[in-house]
Amino acid sequence: MSQQFTLFARMGKDLPLTILHELTRELKASSVMTAELVTISSTDSMRHVKAVMREHRISGIPVVDDGILKGVISVEDLIRALERQALDLPVSEFMTTNLITAHSEEPVLEALKRLEETGVGRLLVLNGDERLAGMLTKGDIVAGLLHALQEAYAHAERLARENQPRYFFDALVSDETSLILRYRVRVNDFTHGGQASAKIKKALLQIGASPQLSRRVAIATYEAEINLIIHTTDGGHIVAEIRPDQIVVVAHDSGPGIPDVALACQPGYSTASELAREMGFGAGMGLVNIDRCADEMDIWSAVGVGTRVEMRFDVPPEEAATG
Amino acid sequence: MKIQDIVEQLQWEVLAGAGRLDADAQGGYVADLLSCVMAGAQPGQLWFTLQTHLNIIAVASLTGVAGIVVTESAPVAPETIAKAEAEGVILLSSSEPTFETLVKLTQIGF
Repeated sequence: MSQQFTLFARMGKDLPLTILHELTRELKASSVMTAELVTISSTDSMRHVKAVMREHRISGIPVVDDGILKGVISVEDLIRALERQALDLPVSEFMTTNLITAHSEEPVLEALKRLEETGVGRLLVLNGDERLAGMLTKGDIVAGLLHALQEAYAHAERLARENQPRYFFDALVSDETSLILRYRVRVNDFTHGGQASAKIKKALLQIGASPQLSRRVAIATYEAEINLIIHTTDGGHIVAEIRPDQIVVVAHDSGPGIPDVALACQPGYSTASELAREMGFGAGMGLVNIDRCADEMDIWSAVGVGTRVEMRFDVPPEEAATG
Repeated sequence: MKIQDIVEQLQWEVLAGAGRLDADAQGGYVADLLSCVMAGAQPGQLWFTLQTHLNIIAVASLTGVAGIVVTESAPVAPETIAKAEAEGVILLSSSEPTFETLVKLTQIGF
């Protein structure tokens, strides 16, 4: 039961209600009815009816002679027979012949309407040549709809899975897969500041990384990108290598280099220009933010040579490809 | 709270993202230092700032904030507005200073 509720909860979110409406029109009575029926002949005795009802724990039996539906015998009819002490009389004496039926090719929507309008508990389903094909209750219809919905949902899910990698990097298979993205970052180019980070974030989301991981990578990369814009003599490069288990982003430049890396890493320490500070940069939080967002950070720098900041982000195992 | 409802009640100006105001915003972050915003602003929040240059759009986009609210009607360059439209960032403007803007926000139940 809980499985069905879960299914409905997911359906409600992912599939429009119109699918349920469509299904009630598309599904035929024959596909949801109970086809294997216990039947009885009109010449059988009411005593036999009592035995069959007890044996199969049912409250109504279709009366069929040579495959042709003649009527229905119910518990109420049996009680009348018992009251008259007439258990040896044939079924034909007590059965109901005014029958409410459905056609096997009829949509379940019509059958459902008839069940509602007449108030009967079950419809007898007849096929093309008026032979009894099965019996249909509201329970059969609900079960049939659930089954069809589940299939529709599984189908939709299968399509979605085929069109989009389900796990991070799932779509690419090799012994050692990695994707390398390179960006040139120009000095003082505040206008395009953040573009490399934004593109890396977008790429990560597209290949199936979680929003949380993508955001961490984007924030750290942004800080490194802004550092290249603000502090370098000739800009630099950002290289992101995306592997199934780890993302490595390297920002490197050719100067001027950081004289005291430990000092540069202290919160609030900044050498940003007045112009950069006016724009809200130079909070002295760049490297601090990188360290906070990345799982590992390494800085190598030499004055007059350049700086290389490497940031590594582990892809959580639950996001990584399952192989 | 829907951004549309806030904009209507507080009569903020919509500079960019007019078609996406049915998005929800919850909570906010106030700072003009971009690194602080990068570190502190959470997805779905409103970011209140006096910065109006182009780079605020990248910051908003990278942090995933619900929108930027420029306060005191600080002048916003057309390039910033164009970039916001291009990046799908909601850019709003309040005529009042940040403090008054926030007080009014709490008064409407944000």
